[in-house]
Amino acid sequence: MSTLTEEATVPVTEPIRAVGPVETTTLLRIATAGSVDDGKSTLVGRLLYDSKSVLTDQLDAVERVSRDKGYDVTDLALLTDGLRAEREQGITIDVAYRYFATARRSFVLADCPGHVQYTRNTVTGASTADVVVLLVDARKGLLEQTRRHLAVAALLRVPHVVVAVNKIDLVDWSQDRFAQIAADLRRAAGALGVAEDAVHAVPVSALRGDNVVDPSGNTPWYDGPTLLELLETLPAADSAESGSFRLAVQHVVRPRTDDDLFRDYRGYAGQVAAGVVRPGDAVVVLPSGRRTTVVGIDTADSLAAGRDTLPAAYAPQSVTLRLADDVDVAHGDLLAAADDAPVPTQDVTATLAWLADRPLAARTTVLLKHGTRTVKAQVREIPGRIDLDSLHGDTVGLTATDRLDLNDLGRVVLRLAAPVPVEPYARARRTGAFLLIDPDDGATLAAGMVTAAG
Amino acid sequence: MSTSTLSLLDALESEAIHIIREVAAELERPVLLFSGGKDSMLMLHLAVKAFAPAPVPFPLLHVDTGHNFPEVLAFRDRTVDRLRLRLEVAKVQDYIDDGRLRERADGTRNPLQTRPLLDAIEAGKFDAVFGGGRRDEEKARAKERIFSLRDEFGQWDPRNQRPELWNLYNGRHRPGEHVRVFPLSNWTELDVWRYIARERIDLPSLYYTHEREVFDRDGMLLALGPHAQPRTAAERASVRAEKVRYRTVGDMSCTGAVRSIALTVDDVLAEVAATRITERGATRADDRMSEAAMEDRKKEGYF
Repeated sequence: MSTLTEEATVPVTEPIRAVGPVETTTLLRIATAGSVDDGKSTLVGRLLYDSKSVLTDQLDAVERVSRDKGYDVTDLALLTDGLRAEREQGITIDVAYRYFATARRSFVLADCPGHVQYTRNTVTGASTADVVVLLVDARKGLLEQTRRHLAVAALLRVPHVVVAVNKIDLVDWSQDRFAQIAADLRRAAGALGVAEDAVHAVPVSALRGDNVVDPSGNTPWYDGPTLLELLETLPAADSAESGSFRLAVQHVVRPRTDDDLFRDYRGYAGQVAAGVVRPGDAVVVLPSGRRTTVVGIDTADSLAAGRDTLPAAYAPQSVTLRLADDVDVAHGDLLAAADDAPVPTQDVTATLAWLADRPLAARTTVLLKHGTRTVKAQVREIPGRIDLDSLHGDTVGLTATDRLDLNDLGRVVLRLAAPVPVEPYARARRTGAFLLIDPDDGATLAAGMVTAAG
Repeated sequence: MSTSTLSLLDALESEAIHIIREVAAELERPVLLFSGGKDSMLMLHLAVKAFAPAPVPFPLLHVDTGHNFPEVLAFRDRTVDRLRLRLEVAKVQDYIDDGRLRERADGTRNPLQTRPLLDAIEAGKFDAVFGGGRRDEEKARAKERIFSLRDEFGQWDPRNQRPELWNLYNGRHRPGEHVRVFPLSNWTELDVWRYIARERIDLPSLYYTHEREVFDRDGMLLALGPHAQPRTAAERASVRAEKVRYRTVGDMSCTGAVRSIALTVDDVLAEVAATRITERGATRADDRMSEAAMEDRKKEGYF
């Protein structure tokens, strides 16, 4: 197996990018996390390079800059470090989004910086991820930073965690070393309440390419999938997303047209946040609590085809629903399955990831955005800061504090100006999440995850 | 049921429609940047789908450099008429004529678009501006949010971007500020073409192979025309007719053609899947100016 530098100078002989049948190709969202210098950018570069997602002009540019800087090897981190300040300082400041595809799947990869002070970026990347790829240096094993990233993945309920045990070549391809790290990892993940089948470990050498895309001859004791095979086959299904039907109303569609067909049309547009909805289903409009029935599910395509309704809509489809009664429904309302609907409340206890430079103190008034509704909220109490090292399943160790600082995770008690139909995040990843926003300048202050409503 | 049951294109479509609806619901005066090029055609197609059977509830805006391909402008106007939309055009030429902007030494007008764009945003009191930018296009774009805040001078501050979590977008801003919104952020060039093929979206003819008088400049094939004339003996000597098409459509003075035999959308799809050069790297002189050309223009208020 050749190193990256050698390969990079060899003309590419296999130019066809993998293109799967468009009807069956699916999308998987990945977030990467790791500590400084564990080879994360190299691994990302390797995935992009070996899946033929790096094109020659990009590679030329990276090679040119590497040479100009006097590096001996092509620095694939330059592929992802897009900002001037990042290239100048040789560090990754911000989440970069990368795209690659195989015949089976297309991937959106949120490449998150590893520095401790950028934990907020890991939170951002993990919020939409189906899987977190966590880098561990085989020589160092699980570090405090690894545990923190694992805790963030657990807290944000990312469905899968894949640990790439990197630099396995530097521990002489040791099966024992890999087994020990994998066991440490499962213990740490188990303690955080992560299901055993949600954790996967792969021994890799990102620099040399072992087990990243192609199986390695150096690890005959490993019979599992390569990293890419694993990413291609992980079920993207998120159990939290398969819950009861939820749809936050974005927009009321009223054509106001002379066209007879649509003169009286009135539909409620939004994205299905969870579950499935069918015509005839009883739904409740929240926060008002009015009950009604879904009579039709439309998209532009179904209307153009002259269909009365779609048979069903699933998360995360964007659709327009028609309802039986002329009930008052507006932007900001949540439609929920009538037999399992959340109860709107003004009192919310939540875990916050504090994302702003300005600290949070109790009694601060902020805006809370949940689904499509934004209400005023006051921080009544800050019961404590969450010590990530103390996370244990659902038991959280709190350290007393009177404020939250940038990158802190903490528990807060909020009082809302109007009832909002929140749910525990552990149960519903979409309707359990909210943002806190500064009412003066509009800055995003915090990512919130509901722990208790009411 | 979850993401896994939606195909890639359905997932991308659903995400883009959600973003477009969110802007219409939460911001006062959105506008959609529309040039008639493939990304803006795709964005408009998604906007039409987002509000059907009602019409698109916001106008379109084009910043015309004066160096556009005539067939693209004609296509732009036909599309606007067909959908009965309102289009505003801000013209770089007007700024040059009355002295507010000066022609650059290299003749490129792309960097001159920023001022007319910001003036049009201010005059129209637009607080949300849809752009067709994709993160796979360029390194600086790869770092940009879907909702991207611009200050009262239209500037982007890459060091001070709002974190973007879940699918909760934050378009709040102070008076004078606005947000640029990129519903196609997560699409790749290949996804765009697959979707154009699936939805049978009509495009200007120059995206497909045709014969054209071209010449070589800086490794690019430029179309011979009023806005691109050979400057050197070598450039003059290289003038010939070639079978070409365009992967991006911008100014005639700085957008290169690629040799191609792709006559249909399926041919283009096969070609894009096999290409080894990025869309902008192959065809855009403006991005070759420096390692950070796009980042610098974006900071100034460019889209």
